[in-house]
Amino acid sequence: MQHVWQIADAVTHGELTAEAACEASLRAIGARDPGVSAFITVSTEYAREQARAVDKKRARGEPLGRLAGVPVAVKDALVTRGVATTCGSKMLAGYMPPYDATVVQRLLAEDAVIVGKANMDEFAMGSSTEHSAFFPTKNPWDRARTPGGSSGGSAAAVASGMVPAAIGSDTGGSVRQPASFTGTVGVKPTYGRVSRYGLVAFASSLDQVGPIASDVRGAARMLDVISGACAHDMTSLREPPTATEALAHGKVNGLRLGVPAEYFADGLSAEVRTSIDQALAALTEMGAALVPIAMPHTALAVATYYVIAPAEASSNLSRFDGVRFGVRAKGRASLGELISATRAEGFGAEVKRRILLGTFVLSSGYYDAYYGRALAARRLIAKDFEDAFTSVDAIVSPVAPTAAWKLGELADDPLAMYLSDAYTIPASLAGLPALSVPVAPTPSGLPVGLHVVCRAGDEGALLSIAAAVETRYPPRLAEGA
Amino acid sequence: MSEYEAVIGLEVHAQLLTHTKIFCGCSTAFGKEPNTQVCPVCLGLPGALPVLNRAAVELAARASLALSATVQPVSVFARKNYFYADLPKGYQISQFDRPLALAGHLAIPSGDGQKTVRIQRLHMEEDAGKNIHDRGDTSIVDLNRAGVPLIEIVTEPDLASAEEAGAYLRALREILVFVGVNDGNLEEGSFRCDANVSIKKKGDPELGTRVELKNINSFKFVEKAIKSEIARQELLLSDGGKVIRETRGWDDVKESTFTLRNKEAAEDYRYFPDPDLPELTLGVRDIETIRNTLPELPKDKRARFARELSLTPAAAEVLTSHPRLAAFFEETAMLTSDGLRAANFIQSEVLRDAEFHGTVATFPVTPSQVAGLLALSESGQISGKQAKEVYAKLRGTTLDPKAVVAELGMSQLTDPAAVLALCEEAVQANAKQADAYRAGKTSLFGFFVGDVMKRSKGRANPGVVNEMLKRLLGAS
Repeated sequence: MQHVWQIADAVTHGELTAEAACEASLRAIGARDPGVSAFITVSTEYAREQARAVDKKRARGEPLGRLAGVPVAVKDALVTRGVATTCGSKMLAGYMPPYDATVVQRLLAEDAVIVGKANMDEFAMGSSTEHSAFFPTKNPWDRARTPGGSSGGSAAAVASGMVPAAIGSDTGGSVRQPASFTGTVGVKPTYGRVSRYGLVAFASSLDQVGPIASDVRGAARMLDVISGACAHDMTSLREPPTATEALAHGKVNGLRLGVPAEYFADGLSAEVRTSIDQALAALTEMGAALVPIAMPHTALAVATYYVIAPAEASSNLSRFDGVRFGVRAKGRASLGELISATRAEGFGAEVKRRILLGTFVLSSGYYDAYYGRALAARRLIAKDFEDAFTSVDAIVSPVAPTAAWKLGELADDPLAMYLSDAYTIPASLAGLPALSVPVAPTPSGLPVGLHVVCRAGDEGALLSIAAAVETRYPPRLAEGA
Repeated sequence: MSEYEAVIGLEVHAQLLTHTKIFCGCSTAFGKEPNTQVCPVCLGLPGALPVLNRAAVELAARASLALSATVQPVSVFARKNYFYADLPKGYQISQFDRPLALAGHLAIPSGDGQKTVRIQRLHMEEDAGKNIHDRGDTSIVDLNRAGVPLIEIVTEPDLASAEEAGAYLRALREILVFVGVNDGNLEEGSFRCDANVSIKKKGDPELGTRVELKNINSFKFVEKAIKSEIARQELLLSDGGKVIRETRGWDDVKESTFTLRNKEAAEDYRYFPDPDLPELTLGVRDIETIRNTLPELPKDKRARFARELSLTPAAAEVLTSHPRLAAFFEETAMLTSDGLRAANFIQSEVLRDAEFHGTVATFPVTPSQVAGLLALSESGQISGKQAKEVYAKLRGTTLDPKAVVAELGMSQLTDPAAVLALCEEAVQANAKQADAYRAGKTSLFGFFVGDVMKRSKGRANPGVVNEMLKRLLGAS
């Protein structure tokens, strides 16, 4: 499988048809997905139609888009008109949205071909894709292990070479951690950089759609396509799309990279630490300076996140009541019974846990003690970043404290799973752009990602640093894909 | 005389007159087929997001300014969470601790004088849909209303009687209609009221336990419900009982209030700022721009009509009761020399056939027709009685009053009694000439005809004049 830009260039220049690229992707899915389970829905006919349309467009001599004929997987959290969208939940089994998410529209407008909807933790709540109501996704590098989550399906589809790029969504690390676990490039843009219109909301003040790709340039091109102001999302930044592909030149000479002590403390596994230290050493060899920094409120981040995100989720998920769409419990006499039975049957355990948590922290009498204080802590965490960025250009750390864990290993320990997002959550709370780029794997061959965070709006610097890292650690796919 | 006094506060929900909903582009038109004015946003479909309608913000700010409230430079939309079939998202987008405007007031008539009712706050919110239960075993949910923009206007507990509550509602409705914010239409639910009622011993500084009266749909019922609720509370307390904090409805068949739900089971709405909507900021300049588009308010208009046109307070009140009526009157007054006369004619004649529906009004005639008619009557060309006849012919037409007068032959004075009266005047005023005529100077007959014609402004029928003069002066 080629990278995004290679396919797009080949299709644009007539060296490859979109249909051939589409069929290759569908064949790879047919061969590998039975073992990986990256897709909830493979949209075979929908994809073929798009591919043929792209080829016809070329035949008519019309200019093609920047993603001409590129097969793309879309996380099942984004609505697609006429293609079932489940958000990984029984609640939406078979749900056919009547409209396309802005991100989907933009992909299609640039002639991408959407081959399917990727598996995910139910309503994006989880870090392993084991909370999918349908089936867990397996890590293509070791099928006994998780690909991470919640965008685990998207990351696994890319890592196994089924598609060169996928769309994920990241609320506390759900793009970056799976990218790290699967050796792909995953970008969480600045909050508001990419429209949330059509992304089934988990935690609205944190949710950001981002690309996962087989290489940095592919991720950059995807980001450039999906970003930019959107009239349907009042939280989208009133700014033009990013132009990161042109900036992804890989120069880090003279850059000051902040290394926060708090991210290299207890809980960081030795093998991940080794890979990250090597990568940081490589960056210094390329001319970057490592600057030790303090991020004193880092320890508050997970607790803060697990107040704010569930609070928003408890409200966002209220619309799943069985009245207008999705699943409805049968044989209920009253409205109250209908709503509670629908929600009892439709939601999985992790979703219920977070709804209860969020309902509790917003309750009168507890609001100030939990939600109010969490908002205050969020400001302190954002301030840590502001302070750091007065002296450094980017902040580097591991994406996650460990490499991919075994499926089932943390299934009964929600707290341990929550803590696995401790390094990605702070940038989410601060609304900053961040990414995961592969570095040296662990001795047993599991991928490890370097986490890079930049100033708000500075996705260009982010991708430039990632490109530099990539020169030392060239893109690799799992198992000969 | 009761030993208790009532303390009443009102919460009014008024629909803003926008063409589209508050967070999406769907139409707000009333009375369409269920669920035909809906989209992913107002249906609360997964992934949909609200986009604030600036026109709704402007109207809400207009209402705030018309009520002398302070529009806040920053206000915040919050989610009010509860489950109901007609609430698509499972929460209503409203404003909670940071409303659009604070601290207004509105003057209402009270007894012989006036009273100022303080307005605590005004905030924006979206309406819910409607459950329809007339389909046998199944209920349907109509979401055409879901997302229609509302303002909620909350008073301080400044009202002391059902009559004052009624007066406040009329004054509020009038001002909202006047500034073009609301159509004042109670039947279509675009102006709704809840009342908080408590009573206490006269002079007691402590407020009593408050009961909320909900979903009362007409002014008449609001007053009745409050009166009945005050009486119920008085009876309870004087029997040594206690008022329970609860929400009550109004049964207009039994003419009494009844328990809807008590506050112990009160819902916790878990308000929190809506993360989908940025803070709403309105700069000083935005607010001044809106203030500059405010029309003259009813109370200012009334004062001006009384001052400049010498209208009585009652006439000024009637003529400013609707913005279109006030405009009709002002246009008429501008075209005539006598505003008072125009006021009287409009009240006694035109209003009888005028129709008002929300902000729209239809009049049977135009201001220029009324002005033309009044000019004819003022110059004596037609009598007051004739003016009414002419008016009857003008209704529903674009005819010129002069043409109608000519057509009806009213331009000639033929009534023998009226002509005789003019002739008598002429003879009495010219006694010497009359004597001379009677003495044989018959050439003076023409002089008398001329004088009568002058007195009738040329309208007297010459034949009748000849006949009457001959009768008065004696045959010669």
